[in-house]
Amino acid sequence: MKTLSRIYMWLVFALLYAPILVLVVYSFNKGGSFAEYTGVSFYWYSELFHDSAALLSLKNSLMLAVSAAALSTLIGTFAALGLDRMRNRYLKGAINSATNIPMMNPDIVTGVSMMLLFVAVGGWLKLTDTLGFGTMLIAHTTFCLPYVILSVLPRFRQFDKSLREAAMDLGCTPAQSFFKVELPQILPGVVSGLIMAFTLSLDDFVISHFVSSPDFQTLPLYIYNQTAHEVKFSMYALCTLIIIAILALLLLVNFAGGIGDRTKKRKEAVK
Amino acid sequence: MKRFLTTFLVICILSFLFLFFTSCDSGGNVTTLYVYNWGEYISDGSEGSLDVNAAFEVWYEQAYGQKIKVNYSTFSSNEDMYAKLVSGATSYDIVIPSDYMVERLLKEDMLRPLNTANIPNLQNIDMTAVIGEGKPYYDIDKDHSDKTYSVPYTYGTVGIIYNKTMLRAEDLAKIEAGEGSWDIMWDEHYKGNILQFNNSRDAFATAMFKEGYLVNTTSEAEWRAALDALMKQKPIVQGYVMDEIYNKMSSGSAALAPYYAGDFFTMYEDNEDLGFFYPTEGTNVFVDAMCIPNTSKNPELAELYINFMLSEEAATANAEYICYATPNKLVRESEDYIGAMEELHPDAMSILYDTDGIQLQFYENLDEEQLVLLNNLWEELKIESSIGSAIMIIACVIAGAAIGLGIFFFVRRRRRKRYTDTLWEN
Repeated sequence: MKTLSRIYMWLVFALLYAPILVLVVYSFNKGGSFAEYTGVSFYWYSELFHDSAALLSLKNSLMLAVSAAALSTLIGTFAALGLDRMRNRYLKGAINSATNIPMMNPDIVTGVSMMLLFVAVGGWLKLTDTLGFGTMLIAHTTFCLPYVILSVLPRFRQFDKSLREAAMDLGCTPAQSFFKVELPQILPGVVSGLIMAFTLSLDDFVISHFVSSPDFQTLPLYIYNQTAHEVKFSMYALCTLIIIAILALLLLVNFAGGIGDRTKKRKEAVK
Repeated sequence: MKRFLTTFLVICILSFLFLFFTSCDSGGNVTTLYVYNWGEYISDGSEGSLDVNAAFEVWYEQAYGQKIKVNYSTFSSNEDMYAKLVSGATSYDIVIPSDYMVERLLKEDMLRPLNTANIPNLQNIDMTAVIGEGKPYYDIDKDHSDKTYSVPYTYGTVGIIYNKTMLRAEDLAKIEAGEGSWDIMWDEHYKGNILQFNNSRDAFATAMFKEGYLVNTTSEAEWRAALDALMKQKPIVQGYVMDEIYNKMSSGSAALAPYYAGDFFTMYEDNEDLGFFYPTEGTNVFVDAMCIPNTSKNPELAELYINFMLSEEAATANAEYICYATPNKLVRESEDYIGAMEELHPDAMSILYDTDGIQLQFYENLDEEQLVLLNNLWEELKIESSIGSAIMIIACVIAGAAIGLGIFFFVRRRRRKRYTDTLWEN
């Protein structure tokens, strides 16, 4: 049984990471082909840093992902707060399901309906270039929102209500008790929601495809359009860099979290 | 932990603000020219080539003393481009679709006639080899037949790419004698080594050439006959692919594939065993042409851009980067260009431009009825065998779920038993 589960685990890992590994290995291939490996070199990496269109779309992608993640985390946290405090059970259930719609909805439906909405509103306000960073931000915030709520809401449920009451009893205003007592407790949920929103926004293609404009092209759109002819090899280099960056980010978050816990334990031990 | 998370949040927000403000100042009052082209279809400065868009910006500033910006974005199919254009959400100054799409845009009154006085370099264009004398069919507006709406950007032909090491000697001899035919794509001997277009129009065209029909036929019977031919080919086809062809052909995992002549050179760079031929029954020719949509805000600037693209310098850079045939006769005659192409492949010039003996057919815009028929037939081709595999997949999923549930219940029962046993022991 144990060997079987181990084999199963490695099989899952292989399926998950083998494609990425192939991409990383071949991004160093000087020949620029999957057919034969002509030697390790950083040629495609230097090509990448001369490709202004790719770098611009990377910058757009990052900017959009950071702002959509920040905005949806802000809105989502307060939405979760509101949902948590709601008394009417049926209303709570209804609103909870309504916020989940953007998550359940197929991306293509969200994308097309968003585009129609933006174009209609743009025509109504007599704007010419409706689509752009603004519409992308609205669309990305919308589909990231349920994920943030989903990761913050359980933290509120776990939170001991009497702590809040105690804080107010000791002279905190409701706002102070939220920021000083409640927020530090739910922070892990908020951060995981933030990271989730960031990655979701970074790799979204379908919705961006509909609501983007030539002024604001993100990286997934840029790479997809290259399939009209051949995808440039420098794109593999870019993907490798992104994978490394995300890996570093995840390691940092886990590692730093571990250190925090350990120092806390040590402090407790000293006491 | 808490401190770390707060600093993390603060860093995130600060970097967001930083990015936001640094990106805002680049706007200003600079006129922007919106160009919408196929992906990977312009010389963009990579691998030591000329960055054509940047060169245009520099040229304009020198000539007119004013800064402009070229906003260059890309699409991956004519239909994608069409959808974006009709949605009306964005206005482009230049689009570069293929022939039949130009025809459609013109029919739907979405193009603006060009002021040819602003495009003196039009005299560099010579398309008589594939279009003959007179205007191309797609550029004729019934009401204004004297006006020009499009300028050719590149053109190309479809042929069959083959791997010399995987073909039988008699087939190779036939191809070398110039008698290669579409029939080879239906040869049982190459079962599992044939690639076909994953694009309805191109895939059906291969069958129509084989059967000797016109690619723009309006007869439903002929479309159905083409479907029958594709159905017959389906069991021996390895896959329906588009840009995967590059890897499959260069790595030698397929023997035969129909594709565009210009792209053959890219594959040949990676694998010198590859060859290319035009089937005797004829093949498809296409033109990608620059047009100005009538929603353009800067048509004069767009005309200057078109004129710039027709200059020898820009056209040579593009032709060498894209490798498709160029309509620009200055480029075709330049020694530089000929040298560069021959370095790519010894027969490059004749593959691209020697199309005299080949029957070439353009795709024309199909009317609504034909498009629906084509879509239905294409679905029939793609779905037919997928039903079998779909049943297989569903059966596998159900079996997997049943096994999973069985294990779950088994483990749970054992756990419970162990738990109750320990209770008894206590």
